[in-house]
Amino acid sequence: MIATLQQPQRADIPNLDSMVASLDGVNKNYGTIRALRSVDFRVRAGEIVALLGPNGAGKTTAVKLLLGLLQPNSGRARVFGGDPTNPENRMRTGAMLQVGRVPETLRVCEHIDLFSSYYQKPMASADVLAAAGLEKIGDRKFGDLSGGQRQRVLFALAICGDPDLLFLDEPTVGLDVESRRMLWDEIRKMVSRGKTVLLTTHYLQEADALADRVAVIHQGEIIAQGTPSEIKAKTAGKRIRCITSLSVSTLRQIPGVTEVKEDREAFELHVIEAEPIVRELLARDARLSGLEVTSAGLEEAFLALTQDATREANHSN
Amino acid sequence: MSTATMTWSNTQVQRSPGHTATIYLKEAKYEFLKNLRLRMHTMSVLSFPIMFYVLFGLVLNAKQSIAGAGVPTYMMATFGTFGVMGAALFGTAAGLASDRGLGWLQVKRASPMPPFAYFFAKVVTSMIFSTIIVLALFTLGYAFGGVRMPFAQFAGLLGTLVAGSLPFSAMGLALGYFTGPNSAPATINLIYLPMSFCSGLWVPFMFLPKMVQQIALAMPPYHLAQLALGIVGARSHESSAAHWGVLVAFTMICLGVARIGFQRDQGKLYG
Repeated sequence: MIATLQQPQRADIPNLDSMVASLDGVNKNYGTIRALRSVDFRVRAGEIVALLGPNGAGKTTAVKLLLGLLQPNSGRARVFGGDPTNPENRMRTGAMLQVGRVPETLRVCEHIDLFSSYYQKPMASADVLAAAGLEKIGDRKFGDLSGGQRQRVLFALAICGDPDLLFLDEPTVGLDVESRRMLWDEIRKMVSRGKTVLLTTHYLQEADALADRVAVIHQGEIIAQGTPSEIKAKTAGKRIRCITSLSVSTLRQIPGVTEVKEDREAFELHVIEAEPIVRELLARDARLSGLEVTSAGLEEAFLALTQDATREANHSN
Repeated sequence: MSTATMTWSNTQVQRSPGHTATIYLKEAKYEFLKNLRLRMHTMSVLSFPIMFYVLFGLVLNAKQSIAGAGVPTYMMATFGTFGVMGAALFGTAAGLASDRGLGWLQVKRASPMPPFAYFFAKVVTSMIFSTIIVLALFTLGYAFGGVRMPFAQFAGLLGTLVAGSLPFSAMGLALGYFTGPNSAPATINLIYLPMSFCSGLWVPFMFLPKMVQQIALAMPPYHLAQLALGIVGARSHESSAAHWGVLVAFTMICLGVARIGFQRDQGKLYG
């Protein structure tokens, strides 16, 4: 039996009408591998939801179930209240998946033209190119594009139908910082126009920057759900970074310090309360420099959650 | 379909027939362009039947006759069969195996594309390549081999060969669902080449060893070639109806296998 962490309950009961996609008690196995175990997951209209987890956690499986590309072994996947394989539902969704091959002899504009034709009310192709940052390379063949440009074409194919619900599976893998920011902006623009986005990622920064709600998934189970702040609150505490001549053992012995790490020339202290520790440090070492105090990031929270989940899993095995 | 209690049902719209037709045509157009621009694919599908025809039908043995027809005419039928079979197999199986294995087909299936449009496009593309092959063979035969036939006869030959490529498109779909992307071309050749030989498409049927002739009767390309030979005036065996019967039955079997593959891909393991 696998124990799960308590999920934060929302005060408001979700209105059924606003539920755009859901997985109810879904189990999915690949042979003996249990990719998803009893997963309950909701996406509400107008949200950006991030499914956050390491590789192999089950994120892509969850997305494929919601796209109707896979059938659950038990439980239900629902999109717009109906079966994901319903073509009418597919007309309102767009998907960006991780692909090994895209026909390389077709031009960017041709790919977009073809995919746009599937939809009832597609976006104008000029708008699609602009949104994906492809204006200058519309006539290039896909095989002539760089990795980042290829990703943007896949994004264009996902949005070209002006879908109400957008699935993005690891959308910014391989993109440079500028392209990633551009994509984030586009996603935010779409949501501001009333769309809903479900994205999967293992970039914690991306979930933090974009998502209204984060669901942390680990080995096929959702171990926490909430806003980024709520998830971060699961690991209380602060981080203090400083350059000091004090030794590691001295630092460890300061009361209130839970952990000390070395980070190149500096030390990183994990503490419960920052102010007493800072006072202590400055008292002991007047020549201390490079002082930074930050709250524990999503990374800490994520690691703490997944380590707890693994520990619990090991205990019950 | 579940009776949705949601408000979404008001916004669901069906496609107009015109819209659906546009999708099918665009899918076919881009599938053809995609393959045409793949130079290696175009070259191999077109040039092998043409090369063999030129060599065996026009350069060697050009003045002889087989089964009541001149060699250039006879071989137009046999290498025509060889060519349309290759166009169908490579057009469907290789592309499908690759699209499946590398995730592109999943992207298309996740989109509102009508699944049948995908297959339609592949079959139409093969048929266009088949037409090009038969036209090329006829042009060469006419120009260099003294092949002469009334237009109606040529139209019959073209129609038979292109229609007869459909069983091999079905075979290609069945193959494509059960081979991996890298092994597909090799697997296709392993089946295509021996089958062609045993059907009398290279060495004419009457010159094949008795044992191979027995095998030929079970080979679909043999039956298509016999139909084509019948049209160009060579003596052929059995009746047309029998040959068409075999081809239709073969198509049904292949489509059945392809359907199983299709449903496996959907994640369903039952009918």
